[in-house]
Amino acid sequence: MTALADVVAYACLLAGAALCLTAGLGLVRFPDVLSRMHAGTKPQVLGVLLVMVGAAIRLDGWANAWMLLLVAAFQLLTAPVSAHLVSRVAYRRRHVRRDLLLVDELGGAGHQDEAYRGDEPGDAPPERPDLRPGG
Amino acid sequence: MTVEPAATRLRHQVPLMAWLVLVWMLLWGSWSWANLLSGLLVALTVLTLLPLPHVIDGTRVRPVPLLVFLGHFVVDLFTSGAEVAWQALRPGGVDRTAIVRVQLRADSDLLLTMVAEATSLVPGSLVLDLDREHRVMTLHLLPVRDLEDVERKKAHVLVVERRLVRAFGSAADLAALDTHRGEGVPTP
Amino acid sequence: MTVVEATLYALIGGGALLALVRLARGPSLLDRVVATDTLLVIISAGLAVHAALVQDPTLLPVLVVVALLAFVGSVAVARYVGGMLLRSHTGDGRDVGLPVAAEEREASP
Repeated sequence: MTALADVVAYACLLAGAALCLTAGLGLVRFPDVLSRMHAGTKPQVLGVLLVMVGAAIRLDGWANAWMLLLVAAFQLLTAPVSAHLVSRVAYRRRHVRRDLLLVDELGGAGHQDEAYRGDEPGDAPPERPDLRPGG
Repeated sequence: MTVEPAATRLRHQVPLMAWLVLVWMLLWGSWSWANLLSGLLVALTVLTLLPLPHVIDGTRVRPVPLLVFLGHFVVDLFTSGAEVAWQALRPGGVDRTAIVRVQLRADSDLLLTMVAEATSLVPGSLVLDLDREHRVMTLHLLPVRDLEDVERKKAHVLVVERRLVRAFGSAADLAALDTHRGEGVPTP
Repeated sequence: MTVVEATLYALIGGGALLALVRLARGPSLLDRVVATDTLLVIISAGLAVHAALVQDPTLLPVLVVVALLAFVGSVAVARYVGGMLLRSHTGDGRDVGLPVAAEEREASP
């Protein structure tokens, strides 16, 4: 029984570590910021989850398992927030290889802010009905 | 709404309170009355000092659709994780990406946030922007082979939204899923 | 089992080194933000792997703190970079009046 649990734990750890390596590889090989964010933040989520499962199996004891669960939950809650903030700024600052885009449906409509002041709702420009996308 | 203000406040605060106490207990790693009481105290302090806007209007949790969503989510996590990992490993490197807009149908802050989080967590799609007013989500897709593939991935986002609304949405949200069917993204 | 342990450390170390390469090379500030974020997560994965291998749970509170703080840094820098954006007149949501991004230089040699 314990031998089986150990094998499962090692398999999870190995898969998670391999995903961390692919995250690094993608970070170096991908062409622009947005693609690198896929590489950086995505195998991370799955990789970290697998590593946490492996560690929870190895460190038996409920207190440890709960704490690892909490780590995984925080990771899942916070990763999209930072990913979204960074990717939006990356798009606005033209860190996109336009020649690699198969489809770009954002070009033309979307953010037609007169002046972009910041990220808070209070920073948004006053309503301009003539600037609505599709309107 | 003719509900007693105190009752609505209680309905909004209790789940948050329970969540904060749960986190507190998990951090300590063991169950005891002292942990429960100190957790309640900390949660009360946090909620009084840092009040949150109400976002859970009209939501309910349906266990079976929630399990369906979670199951599909884990499967998606694995398949797309493998796909992105293969993009990083394969000899040619990445050649094609896409930026697309998807018209969502849910109309509640909480549901839209959940859809965006779920889409963002699944590898291969990244939320660039979410237009709350028009419910349009802008995505960056990483491994796309051709236009058909792009359409397939856009349709998949709507499927994820449908699963989430089934799990958490109110009756009105569920009805909105069907009335808005077939309505495409407003063309620029 | 020692082979497995060596492989684990090698995989994690390799990932961390590659993230460091991007951190050093990254043409833009945002590349470095992404690289730092990834590096931090890889390091916390490494700590978890170490804790699992030696079966020593003392490192776990560190993981909780890292998981909570990891995103504060990238959010802060992203907002700082976002604050530098002033005008968007091109009509496609991108901003004019900034130096040409490294990606566009690469795309049109």
